[in-house]
Amino acid sequence: MLLVVLEHDRGTLGEPAREALTFGRTLAAKMGVEMHALAIGAGAPATEQVAAASGDHGAARLYTVDHDLLSDFGPEAWGQSLVQVINTLQPGAVLACGSERGNEVMAQAAARLDWPFVANCTDIIPPAGGGGQWSMTRIQWGGSLLEDATLTTGTALLTCGLHTVASAPVEPAPVAPPETQAVAVELDAALARTVVKDRVVLEAGVTLPTAPVVVGGGRGVGSAEGFAPLEELAELLGGRVGCSRAVTNNGWRPHSDQVGQTGTRIAPEIYIASGISGAIQHWVGAMGSKHILAINIDPEANMVVKANWAVIGDLHQVIPAISAEIRRRRDRP
Amino acid sequence: MRVLCCVKRVPAPGAKINVTADGLAVDAAHLGFTTSPHEECGVEEAVQIAERTGGEVTVLTLGPAEAAEQLRYAASVGAHLGVLVSTDGAAWDPQRTARALTAAIESLEAGSGAFDLILFGNESADSGGFQVGVRVAYALGRPIVNGIKGIEVDGPVVRARREIDGGFEVYEMDLPAALGVKEGINLPRYPTMRGRLASKKLEITTLVLDAAGGDQALVRLHRPTETVSQTVILGDGPDAAPAAVDVLEELGLV
Repeated sequence: MLLVVLEHDRGTLGEPAREALTFGRTLAAKMGVEMHALAIGAGAPATEQVAAASGDHGAARLYTVDHDLLSDFGPEAWGQSLVQVINTLQPGAVLACGSERGNEVMAQAAARLDWPFVANCTDIIPPAGGGGQWSMTRIQWGGSLLEDATLTTGTALLTCGLHTVASAPVEPAPVAPPETQAVAVELDAALARTVVKDRVVLEAGVTLPTAPVVVGGGRGVGSAEGFAPLEELAELLGGRVGCSRAVTNNGWRPHSDQVGQTGTRIAPEIYIASGISGAIQHWVGAMGSKHILAINIDPEANMVVKANWAVIGDLHQVIPAISAEIRRRRDRP
Repeated sequence: MRVLCCVKRVPAPGAKINVTADGLAVDAAHLGFTTSPHEECGVEEAVQIAERTGGEVTVLTLGPAEAAEQLRYAASVGAHLGVLVSTDGAAWDPQRTARALTAAIESLEAGSGAFDLILFGNESADSGGFQVGVRVAYALGRPIVNGIKGIEVDGPVVRARREIDGGFEVYEMDLPAALGVKEGINLPRYPTMRGRLASKKLEITTLVLDAAGGDQALVRLHRPTETVSQTVILGDGPDAAPAAVDVLEELGLV
């Protein structure tokens, strides 16, 4: 059996879990086994939404771990829970999405078991005939390079790279949610030490990782004030402003706006990249975008070459003109 | 307060990363080397904590003899001590790396007591295994949380902030503890001339120790197939705005 660890936030299943289930369906088929899912939490972690979404994405069965210590995310408590579930269920492989939490929980479990863990795979080939050596391709350099690797292990601990696959439900949709089964765990109370203590919400609504439109600015924007037209366009389109590493290094935008290997990996419907040359460190954060429109004075810029569409020109003139045109069309009777 | 920061020497690639003929490493013949970005911020954070608490910063790296360059860089921005666990320069798998770092830290702590705080980069810029810090912290019996973009030490307690969608989470641990930090936690300072001069005098402790290899093996590195996009040029300057808005309209965004 392939066990997929579901990333959820206090009972709400997010996009990373759907991606892991979508990736996991293919892997389970290659292994010739069923795909089951695991929800770790407190107070009925398998909410209706978690059960329905995991079933819709192909989980044949849903296991739950329900423990008071797991009322919020805690890497050590989640890792220890996963270890006990692995010992109880003996899955052939365990998969999570290579999100920040996914990689962290798998690393915690791997450390406890002293087993290998291969992060951010893009393709996985299970051993022929059930035992022996796994082969995989995984992400290095944030996706600028790929590594072919082998893994010799009993149960493989794996994550799939974030946005390696687009999530997709199974068709036709299952008629009923998957059968749910509780797995008991015993957790040392000391593990509460790394459970989230508090949360601070800074902004509600559309955020950079989930925005349908991202308007990005690079060195070409020139200053913090230069981002005002980008903000305006982003607001018109219900999106968010992102930026390159050069921008945060210059202190023009907070690091939380940075798109790239060391920042946020975005996956919007369209990324409007203005004044961004497209260095690899930025590109790997932007390449999950479904479409890219580049605005740059340099027609040879990497971002222009990799875009679906480009406007050659000064972003300080082009972006306000785009905003004006959107307003004009919206005001049309 | 005694802070340890673990760093990794990585190539500083330009627009493209090339691979050696045998496919086992990045071709660094024409590249400089740098400290992996999250860890450069880790060093800065360690130095700031030491400045606030009157403490001492030790920087530890595992790599070839040339990795002493990264220890000296850390010293030029304020680190006090440098330790090199020397390897032959070949890439070590995550389990082997973690075992060697654990042994190195145990030996350092046997000599001069436990570090109050150990900082790791969230993941290395090159191999990006997302696990070495967690393995080392677990082996040492320290709590660890990754993804940290804010640290506040308050007596025997460390409070750490982790960015989440639209805000942040707060973790609180008793020291000694470990944290995996991310770029953005601070803006690292540049070395001063005085710092550079002082770093030349840094005495580097070299530890030679091996560790059992793990179960993951590198076969080869390669560049992903480039998706050749036929870029449609919509026009020049602001006159191209209607064509750009046509695209947005087609995507249902206008």
